Amino acid sequence: MREQYPALLIIVPLLTALVIPIIAYLVKRLVRWIAMGALIIANISAIGALMHVLNQGVWHYRFGNWMPPWGIEYVIDPLSAGMALLISFISLVVLIYSDVFLKEEGWLKIGMYHTLYLLLTVGLLGMVVTGDVFNFYVFLEISSLSAYGLIASGGSKAVVAAFRYLLIGTIGGSCYLLGVGYLYAITGTLNMGDLAVRVQPLMDSPAVIVAVSMILVGMGIKMALFPMHGWLPDSYTYAPPHAISFISGVMTKVAAYAMFRYFYFIFGAANETIAIVLQVIGAFAAIGIIVGSIMAIAQSDFRRMLAYSSIAQVSYIALGLAIGNMYGLIGAMFHILNHAIMKCCLFLIAGGIKWKTGEYKIAKFIEMSRKMPKTMGAFIIAALSMVGIPPTAGFFSKWYLVLGAIEKNMWIYVAAIVLSSLLNAIYFFRIIENAYLKKGQEDIVPASPKKPELPFSMLVPIIVLGIGILIIGIFNEPIVCQVMQYGLPGGGMR
Amino acid sequence: MSKEFLSQYLLYWLIAVLFMIGPIGMIFKNNLMKKLMAMNIMQVAVIIFFLALGQKMDATLPIEIPGLTGVTNYINPLPHALMLTAIVVSLSTTGVALALLLLIQKKYGVLEEDEVLRRMDQ
Repeated sequence: MREQYPALLIIVPLLTALVIPIIAYLVKRLVRWIAMGALIIANISAIGALMHVLNQGVWHYRFGNWMPPWGIEYVIDPLSAGMALLISFISLVVLIYSDVFLKEEGWLKIGMYHTLYLLLTVGLLGMVVTGDVFNFYVFLEISSLSAYGLIASGGSKAVVAAFRYLLIGTIGGSCYLLGVGYLYAITGTLNMGDLAVRVQPLMDSPAVIVAVSMILVGMGIKMALFPMHGWLPDSYTYAPPHAISFISGVMTKVAAYAMFRYFYFIFGAANETIAIVLQVIGAFAAIGIIVGSIMAIAQSDFRRMLAYSSIAQVSYIALGLAIGNMYGLIGAMFHILNHAIMKCCLFLIAGGIKWKTGEYKIAKFIEMSRKMPKTMGAFIIAALSMVGIPPTAGFFSKWYLVLGAIEKNMWIYVAAIVLSSLLNAIYFFRIIENAYLKKGQEDIVPASPKKPELPFSMLVPIIVLGIGILIIGIFNEPIVCQVMQYGLPGGGMR
Repeated sequence: MSKEFLSQYLLYWLIAVLFMIGPIGMIFKNNLMKKLMAMNIMQVAVIIFFLALGQKMDATLPIEIPGLTGVTNYINPLPHALMLTAIVVSLSTTGVALALLLLIQKKYGVLEEDEVLRRMDQ
């Protein structure tokens, strides 16, 4: 069993996703537990794979014993194993949370929701573990298609948002596929490891430059890098809260991971072409950080504010890639982890507030701290972490990014990071002020043990993620030294 | 108009034109259905691009024929195999998009984008 972890990681959720509609038709209550079981197996496989690669180095898993470059292989290194663990963990947490929203629905809706949700998880997991660029495209489309479906389930506005996301996302997918086509035309291989060797002497050829630009555009759209972020605010605002917590948490990060994989592991950042591309990414990211933060201040809807703040935060990851030295890359990886947990936690809180009070408007959050003390406690941790106050996790990723930027004398990036932290503080403290300091008119019934603020299955994920932010912040040093540094390019071997 | 000119230059230019119809149509057309059609044309352009990569002059199908050996006599089957998958992806994207369009039509009564956006804000 143990040597099959990479296959189990994909196959168990995939098969479960396919049988779930039938189970939903027969026994509605069972669906949730079966989906949860599949995700727990995925979690165990991800942990097992991570342990294995940390002890024994990169793991090549070949399907049907076809040797690469002919067969498809899964390549698991510390970076992809860590991403797989993050994805399956967030997926499990949000699945537990989503129960309350789906309880009253019919069997078809419950079945379809869980199918799409598991397919989305499979797509994202597949993208991080695959070692084949075309296989990556297939998983990319699996995850995107299920994300369109999940977003569209949020009502009549969400349908329009999902359709526009579908159009833009398909442009991204097609651009990526065209880039793969150019790479295949010039090297004759689709295997990432093989490609990395064969593309090196050809880095100056126009075909590779076109391929790099196409992959940049494709992944840029999928990760909502600054000028290509148009699909994100509407989709994040109108999607149902349980689905969007997962999508916002990991989907853009996986595209960022793909950029990392392409530019640092396949093409290699030492090439002149890639150095120029990384400068472009850095400029976009620096603008995106500032624009996203300013747009977030202007919003009155909590979810829309979080959506714009996502654009800013994803740009931090791109900025880390653009800085490109050891601190920068560790900062980027650490921010993938942090932002996945922080943004997921914040969207879960947004869903919780909506469930309790029916409000998304920030102005209506007055005295929310008395109505839902535990939820707002988790909110404070997540908000401080987004701003970057020391014991929370968000501080450390920004710290690594700033260290990296200073080491390479990129002072504009330092200024962008510091300025954006101040802007983050403005829009998060506005909510904290409303929730804790302002006095409302009406009498408020505080939460009590008899009348809890939220159902147990909603409160636990919020608190787990809130505490997780603190734990990651406090134990950032062991996480970086014992896991993340092996994920750096060339650091995967022992 | 030699064979070479057609197969090595003009073909790729035409594919590029076909590909660019996609984004241009999606930006400038107001009807959501037309946007979807532009998206489909773009996907087809990528598929044709891959298929063009697999072609060779004077080569035959990749099925072994007795007496005919050598890699130059057979076309490359791999791009075709890849594009079977890409066609399936394109099909399912279109399916999802059509389902969404049905919902939009049912909820807003129109498929013109500016009208949909106007009714969305109400």
